[in-house]
Amino acid sequence: MAAVSFMITMVLYFAGTVSFLVYVLRRSEALAKVSLGITAVGFLFHTLALVARMLSASSSVPPSFYEALSFFSWVMILVFLIVEFRHRIPVLGSFMVPLALISLVSAAALPETVPTLGPVFKTLWVHVTLSMLGTVGFTVAFVAGLMYLIQDRLLKSKRFNVLYSKLPALDFLDHLNLQSIVLGFPLLTLGIVTGAISAEFARGSYLNWNPEQTWALVTWMFYFIVLLGRLTVGWRAKRAAYLTVVGFACVILTLVGVVLKDHGALS
Amino acid sequence: MHVIVVGLSHKTAPVEIREKLAVPESRLGEALGRLCSYQGVKEGILLSTCNRVEVYSVVEEVESGYGRIQEFLADTHLSLSSEQLTPHLYCHTGDRAVGHLFRVAASLDSMIIGESQILGQLKDAFEVALAHKTTGVIMNKVVKKAISVAKRVRTETKISEMAVSVSYAAVELAKKIFSNLSEKTVLLVGAGEMAKLAARHLIAQGVQHVRITTRTPQHAIELADRFGGTPVLFEQFKDEMAAADIVLVSTGAAHYLIGAEDVQRAVDKRGNRPMFLIDISVPRNIDPAVRHVDNAFLFDIDDLKLRVQQNRAERLQEAEKADRMVGEEVLATMEWMKSLEVTPTIVALRNRVDEIKQAEVEKVLGRLSHLSQQDREVVEGLASSIVNKLIHRTMVTLKSEVNSSNGPAFVEAARRFFHLDKPSINNQSEQEHVDRPQYVSAGHETSEQEEPESAVRKQAR
Repeated sequence: MAAVSFMITMVLYFAGTVSFLVYVLRRSEALAKVSLGITAVGFLFHTLALVARMLSASSSVPPSFYEALSFFSWVMILVFLIVEFRHRIPVLGSFMVPLALISLVSAAALPETVPTLGPVFKTLWVHVTLSMLGTVGFTVAFVAGLMYLIQDRLLKSKRFNVLYSKLPALDFLDHLNLQSIVLGFPLLTLGIVTGAISAEFARGSYLNWNPEQTWALVTWMFYFIVLLGRLTVGWRAKRAAYLTVVGFACVILTLVGVVLKDHGALS
Repeated sequence: MHVIVVGLSHKTAPVEIREKLAVPESRLGEALGRLCSYQGVKEGILLSTCNRVEVYSVVEEVESGYGRIQEFLADTHLSLSSEQLTPHLYCHTGDRAVGHLFRVAASLDSMIIGESQILGQLKDAFEVALAHKTTGVIMNKVVKKAISVAKRVRTETKISEMAVSVSYAAVELAKKIFSNLSEKTVLLVGAGEMAKLAARHLIAQGVQHVRITTRTPQHAIELADRFGGTPVLFEQFKDEMAAADIVLVSTGAAHYLIGAEDVQRAVDKRGNRPMFLIDISVPRNIDPAVRHVDNAFLFDIDDLKLRVQQNRAERLQEAEKADRMVGEEVLATMEWMKSLEVTPTIVALRNRVDEIKQAEVEKVLGRLSHLSQQDREVVEGLASSIVNKLIHRTMVTLKSEVNSSNGPAFVEAARRFFHLDKPSINNQSEQEHVDRPQYVSAGHETSEQEEPESAVRKQAR
């Protein structure tokens, strides 16, 4: 059941991605609705898959990286659907849905037998959930930043093309960027704290400077500075957009660190 | 029965003629009444705007109809002789007339393609005609269709979405930088016409704070009064710039009033909040080097014109799409008109009953194979005479009502009673529910003899 729903989800997200990408290039508003519909149905199947999996897994089994990634992409689509519902900017889907698909495909590409994200602890669920939610926040900030930079470039060079007409106003993107960081930052902070606590229980030390922890701390510092700069010396608009795009690289490296650690722990 | 249009528009007549021909609203009713009193004119609607004066009408005969309506137009406007008028008039009939109305309603024939006023004007004209009962089955259907076509064009194409004036293009650009204009502040430097127009558009979009500066303080105070804004001393406006989200510049100065460093300072002061600068002056008043300042977006008159040009081109593209839609709708409407004609209805009725008769006779004769040739003929004769007697009254009524006001209603009834719009009797029962729209009453029908509806009879030179 979970596996089938998961496959259907993947197919639908793929269709949604293609449809959303075509939408960016074409002047067809109908296509936005189609893409949105496909994605929404995909989201339902995704929910079904996650629920089925949760029910089948016993509570003592900790989450695998595969589940974490799948959950990550689920939250991403959820956030997209909420933003779309409130602000009606389907072009966001052209950025978010592909990212969700990539995360889901990488989840599928990992061997399902990778058992755990580490030692068995109840706090681990909390740690994974919080970190993933924080990461989704930064992903949205990244997308908003990317869209900002594209629109900024188009306006500066006076290229009024299809993309220009679809992208929302600059100040909206800047606001979305700020909101996502403001939401993502405390979540990541809590994620790191709970991670450290479970590491203390597992290995007896809060911190052992493995790639995951290192990059997580770097990410945290980075976004801390970005937020601080924004609130104090006016790092907004274009600079904020640049910084969040760069910051996303740290996020990705952290995720890579997690994968490496898992495989390392296995062998 | 033919739909025709006679009229002139901005495409065929100069404003001197149009303004003379325009019918004031107060006289529309009287004019319509007179129009329908002409011999052979059955229905009429008069569309009179500053860009066109057109009479749409249902007439018995095309040629005489054209004549009557030209007469009517010349009579309505005594200051114009028909020699002055005729060269500017265009006359269409049939699908050309219907297509013309659809295009007009959808604003494809307007001076500015995609403008939205014309649809309202057509609706008003239709209301007046309805109030004076000068329309019937055909005109009602055609005008209602025109209105729905216009709505379809508006929703399914982007024909009326894009800015096609320089001052409005400024608003469109502003909306790509600020999602909500109502909390933004506009600084108007100088009092060029275009800048004032743009400021007015921005205010209409919700901008609440307007600051105005001109070289002569008195002028700024006057303008501030007019726009509901605050005047700013010209010597101080650069310090005020940081507070302005949108700066509109249009002065007669021959040099750059605002340099890159001024803008940089303002942006810094604003904590990097984006700033939108529009320079509508020629020669330019803002140093083009401002383009290199981050978070400041400068557009000059050429940029705005480029935007307008692109939008116009896009509207034309959309207009092509809309034209195809109009084509489809005209076809459907003509199909409906055709169904109201008597002759094809009589022929179809004849064919339908013969078909039924033939099928039944064959069925019966197949079972009575012992009958002699003579008996067979008797059976066939019996069938024929029953069928003929049954439809006799229908045929006679149809023919006699051809010219009465109930003509189309009878035709419609006959078509429904005998399922004449169904392809064949064999699948009749399955198609019970295929219903055609119901047409109310009153209308007129021409002679049975069909006149070929030639396209354009006369085209204005």
